[in-house]
Amino acid sequence: MKKRFLVVMSLLMVLSLVIAGCGGQQAQQSQSGGGQSTGETIKIGANFELTGTMAAYGRTSVNAVKMAADEWNANGGLLGKQIEVIEADNKSLPDESTNAATRLVTQDKVVAIVGTSASTTTLGMVPVVQQYKIPTIATTATNPDVTVDPKSKETYKYMFRACFIDPFQGVVGANFAYNDLGARNAVLYIDDKDAFSVGLAKFFKENFEKLGGKILSEEHYVAGDQDFRSTLTKIQSMNPDVIYEPGHYQETGMIIKQAREMGITTPIVGGDGWDSPDLVKIAGPENMNNVFMSNHFIPSDPDPKIQNFVKAYKDKFGEVPDAKAVLAYEAANIMFTGIKNANSTKGDDIVAALEGLKDYPGLTGNITFDGQHNPVKPAIIIEFKNGEQVMRGRVNP
Amino acid sequence: MQQFLQQMVNGLSLGSIYALIALGYTMVYGIIRLINFAHGDIYMLGAFAGFFAISAFHLSFIPSLIISMAICALAGMLIKRVAYKPLRTAPRISMLITAIGVSLFLENGGLMVFSPSIRTFPTVFPVKTFSFFGGLVKLTVKDIVVLTVMIVMLILLQYLVYRTKIGKAMRAVSFDKDAASLMGVDVDTTISYTFAIGSALAAVAGVLVGIYYNSVWPLMGIMPGLKAFIAAVLGGIGIIPGAVLGGLLIGVTETLVAGYGNSLYRDGVAFAILIIVLLLRPSGLLGKNQREKV
Repeated sequence: MKKRFLVVMSLLMVLSLVIAGCGGQQAQQSQSGGGQSTGETIKIGANFELTGTMAAYGRTSVNAVKMAADEWNANGGLLGKQIEVIEADNKSLPDESTNAATRLVTQDKVVAIVGTSASTTTLGMVPVVQQYKIPTIATTATNPDVTVDPKSKETYKYMFRACFIDPFQGVVGANFAYNDLGARNAVLYIDDKDAFSVGLAKFFKENFEKLGGKILSEEHYVAGDQDFRSTLTKIQSMNPDVIYEPGHYQETGMIIKQAREMGITTPIVGGDGWDSPDLVKIAGPENMNNVFMSNHFIPSDPDPKIQNFVKAYKDKFGEVPDAKAVLAYEAANIMFTGIKNANSTKGDDIVAALEGLKDYPGLTGNITFDGQHNPVKPAIIIEFKNGEQVMRGRVNP
Repeated sequence: MQQFLQQMVNGLSLGSIYALIALGYTMVYGIIRLINFAHGDIYMLGAFAGFFAISAFHLSFIPSLIISMAICALAGMLIKRVAYKPLRTAPRISMLITAIGVSLFLENGGLMVFSPSIRTFPTVFPVKTFSFFGGLVKLTVKDIVVLTVMIVMLILLQYLVYRTKIGKAMRAVSFDKDAASLMGVDVDTTISYTFAIGSALAAVAGVLVGIYYNSVWPLMGIMPGLKAFIAAVLGGIGIIPGAVLGGLLIGVTETLVAGYGNSLYRDGVAFAILIIVLLLRPSGLLGKNQREKV
């Protein structure tokens, strides 16, 4: 008995030593980190979906932000200092995104944030960056509320984005379905918990009905669902000309697979939430026919600027970049340019410099922010043929 | 009519999967009065075991299923040994909280080990559709596999519980743990077997879901786990046929709500049913009303 007690006690002591040691290390790290923010580096936060349902977005986005920073650092850095990118994981959840942003601002003392790549998670951090006056540029958060307060209609001073917005993408989708596919009636299939999906569907509906089309039904699912066959059976019986499914790649992949296996051959159209190599993996290339999405970018775009980026990214990370990566790269470069033009790391100075950008030559178009901090630039329609992306057209705003 | 029958097929396939998971909840509850919240995550483990057996070791369906069942049975026994056994005499709430802890451990451990991204199950069965009753009902190969496996598992379980010695011991322990122990039943081993069997059934559900919906990820167990728990309570927790009935009912209700009502309320209806059943028949559809002995 006594022996056992001794063993337990000694184990406890060892454990407490280890824990104390860890604590000490952590404290030291954060201390040295705090000192550096006014020192040799300029700290930029990267708040992304590193884990969770949208993890595929976050990984490529962080790669791209780091790649942009490395390029600036190789050319002498920013304001004479090196750029230091600090990652934060928002776990694909809005509340975790709030935490991640708070940590970046209060503990890591970043001067600006790049991210996130989804509307829900960006909306989670808007209050934080507004409160601490940290200029933030979202990469592919397309919901209008990301930069504009939905109640007061005032633009959030510190929020910018590098992508087009839902109304535009919804309009592009509706125009494409009505004019290009010749669809006259449509079924909406919406991820009900997702601000992005609901937003796109709303603007698709408005515009499709304005053109003279008819929405037969609005169906819903929730991210994380696996079984879509009951709703698809219902949709099949309505026999629509097109299914508009503005979701994310994980559920979309399963929806397309289940629909095609049930014998539904109707065209399926969606937005940039689909953009991930995982989409084709989940759906199976043989099912990815008569499937279309609007997006910011396509790797096969003949534009030499894009081809150079694609090559550089591929050399560095061994895979073709997706749109998330392109826009994260774009967003990081816009932010760095803003800081350079402001010649300051103060939030208000950077915001003024970003608002003053005129035709900044980006990869996805020439970028000037409008009054609501949205860049004005074109969208691309991509068609899938046996899982391969083919450029179908470019739509200007 | 055609749509209705098709929806019933969809509902029964989905319900079979809930039923297989619900069986594990119900068996464990029946024997030690514990709601094993880690059960949904065992199902996830089963799906991953099947995934690796099929994609990495290129095994066919039956061997993968058996390997996955074995791995989950071991995992179930290990969890029982490490997490629940030391608390056998502690208040019931301690074990419940431990179960939630184990569940979170498995989910986050899964995120670390398997990475959070979704994995696609390889195609195991040919994509082929059979028509019945002159095209009224269409069954895919996957539907047939799911329904057959469910029925086979049920028969095996029924045999195990009512025709074997271990089944007799399980029923005895479930009836009265102390008396069973006095009669020479090894209570500890019996509980271990119960965990093993329940977990193996969850593994079957995991592999079937992997094949049916061809995707697995570490958090896949949360929602089906909850739904199966509802199914077990609906049928009467602790009662084996109740779990099957509950599972099939939840599956069919969900499909009918999505197919004829509003797909928005699909999950809500499952939980509403749980509340109504608890209010009207606290011991479930097949449960007997028992006074708690004080």
